[in-house]
Amino acid sequence: MKKGPVKGTLLFLLMVLVPFFLSIYYVNILSEILILSVFAVSLNILVGQTGLVSLGHAAFFGAGAYATGLAALKFSTNIFITIGIGLIFALLLALIIGLLSTKAHGFYFLMLTLACSQIFYSIVYQWTNVTGGSNGLSGIAPVDVFGGLRLSNQVFVYYFILVVIAILLFILSRFLHSPLGAVFIGIKENEERMKSIGYNTALYKNISFLIAGTIGGLAGGLYVIFNGFISPNDVYWTASGSVLIMVLIGGVGTLWGPVIGAAFIVILETIISSYTENWMMIIGAAFILFVIFAPNGIVGIFNNLKSTLFKRQKLEHETLKMIQMKQETKMDG
Amino acid sequence: MSALLLQLMNGLSYGVLLFIITSGITIVFGILGVLNLAHGSLYVLGSYIGYSLIMEAGLPFWVALMAVPILIAIIGLVLEIVMLRPTYKLGHLSQVLLTFGLAYIFHDIFSMMWGKNILVVNPPEALNVSVEIAGNAIPAYRLALIVIGIVMAVLLWYTQEKTKWGAVIRAGLSDKEMVGGLGVNIHFVFTCVFFLGSLMAGLGGVLGSPILGVFPGMEFQILILSLVVLVVGGLGSVTGTFIASLLVGFVETFSRYFVPELSLIITFALMALVLVARPQGLTGRRVA
Repeated sequence: MKKGPVKGTLLFLLMVLVPFFLSIYYVNILSEILILSVFAVSLNILVGQTGLVSLGHAAFFGAGAYATGLAALKFSTNIFITIGIGLIFALLLALIIGLLSTKAHGFYFLMLTLACSQIFYSIVYQWTNVTGGSNGLSGIAPVDVFGGLRLSNQVFVYYFILVVIAILLFILSRFLHSPLGAVFIGIKENEERMKSIGYNTALYKNISFLIAGTIGGLAGGLYVIFNGFISPNDVYWTASGSVLIMVLIGGVGTLWGPVIGAAFIVILETIISSYTENWMMIIGAAFILFVIFAPNGIVGIFNNLKSTLFKRQKLEHETLKMIQMKQETKMDG
Repeated sequence: MSALLLQLMNGLSYGVLLFIITSGITIVFGILGVLNLAHGSLYVLGSYIGYSLIMEAGLPFWVALMAVPILIAIIGLVLEIVMLRPTYKLGHLSQVLLTFGLAYIFHDIFSMMWGKNILVVNPPEALNVSVEIAGNAIPAYRLALIVIGIVMAVLLWYTQEKTKWGAVIRAGLSDKEMVGGLGVNIHFVFTCVFFLGSLMAGLGGVLGSPILGVFPGMEFQILILSLVVLVVGGLGSVTGTFIASLLVGFVETFSRYFVPELSLIITFALMALVLVARPQGLTGRRVA
């Protein structure tokens, strides 16, 4: 348990040093990975922890991105104000969609989130005066952090994103083991039982949806500051699908799984797209292989490896403790 | 008034086409419990193969109409046997994701094989005319489509409600395990249903291509629309799917005609409304 923070800090320091060694091209790829990590981590709260499989998470990404972008274009250059506006907007959207869709279960939840995100997509697509329609929102200038410090350089943006995700992961690592986090896990494992114990599961599902949506909006806000551009394509449901793929490939319900998944997909996409433009096919195939052979994702593979190694060591000392609790993730219904 | 009649015919033919596409996904979801997110891809594959047969190989439309659905159904059969059958133990969500990955793969296969342009298939010669109804010229192909769709609906309805096979399917919709316990080979039923679902997707692909054309990314549009129909209609009855298809067809056509800016929103709002008010769909029963 105590190794976690040490490893995290080491990783953070390593990431801080990266821009000194690698070219701007790689730093940009890393920024993209970190932003999509935030996005995947937010979806993981919903899918991995609360057991609500959403296929409409891109709506919050889009809400955060468009609100942040518009705020940066229209009236403020301070990063905290612009992202704050993005967060509030994503929160409001999550409130509306959450109230609607947590009424449904299983596939119907999936479809309701899908429908809501498609409605949001249509609004973005059609409201050309505000959102720029299919051309998207472009020309978003770099924003300030404090007084004179302006995120004019891609490396500064990278550092800002790095700090944000470090704080986020720290909070989430606490959150996973908090009473509220435990309630979410309880809802995933057995909602009926949580109800009969006396928890208002509808309320908790809404809270989970709010948290996930707001952090999704944060990812969108960071993305628009990094990229200076947002188009309706990032709000389309294929974006929701690919973030779901990231979470599942990385490892559902784990802290680092979504981060690893995001890194895996972005790196795969970057490598493949330099050879062929048909990267969707490769990612689809990789995804199918993961679903069949490694349902717990990359983190699951890693844990399996670790446990087989540990088993071999412990075998000599205690054979009694061999029986392992099989962790099952029930994701239907 | 005359424009209204034209839109009415458009809506009707569009709805009927939606019915043909959606009846496949509905029946597969109902029996197998797997929401086939690659259904739109099977539809588009049908359209593309139809295009190759009709426009490139020069075969008559009717030949393609017979051959393509069978071809797509065989592809569906292979997919079911190779990918879905070994994975029933993983749970339905994993299988849904599997079909999602499949849709990704299909997406790139399409652009590799058929390029990225919008392809249009000519309707058959005999139907490439207009029929005069109440002073309006209505393409004969659309009328034929309506007739074919209604015939298919009646055929499916009859199969499901009046035959022994239909009884097995209806029983499978209510309680798969019980049906298996009664001595029906439920896995064989799964395969047959998937075959039938793919057949309908292929049929829709050929029939729809002269009206909608075929282009990359279309499979996701078709999939979304058929999900809307699925949710609005609910599971379990041909009648429900038929009513929902026509409803969505009309809503889509008329909203595009009257308020083009809001056309995308209205269809999804309809779905959200139905889901919130009647989660089991207009005619369906509740499925966990």
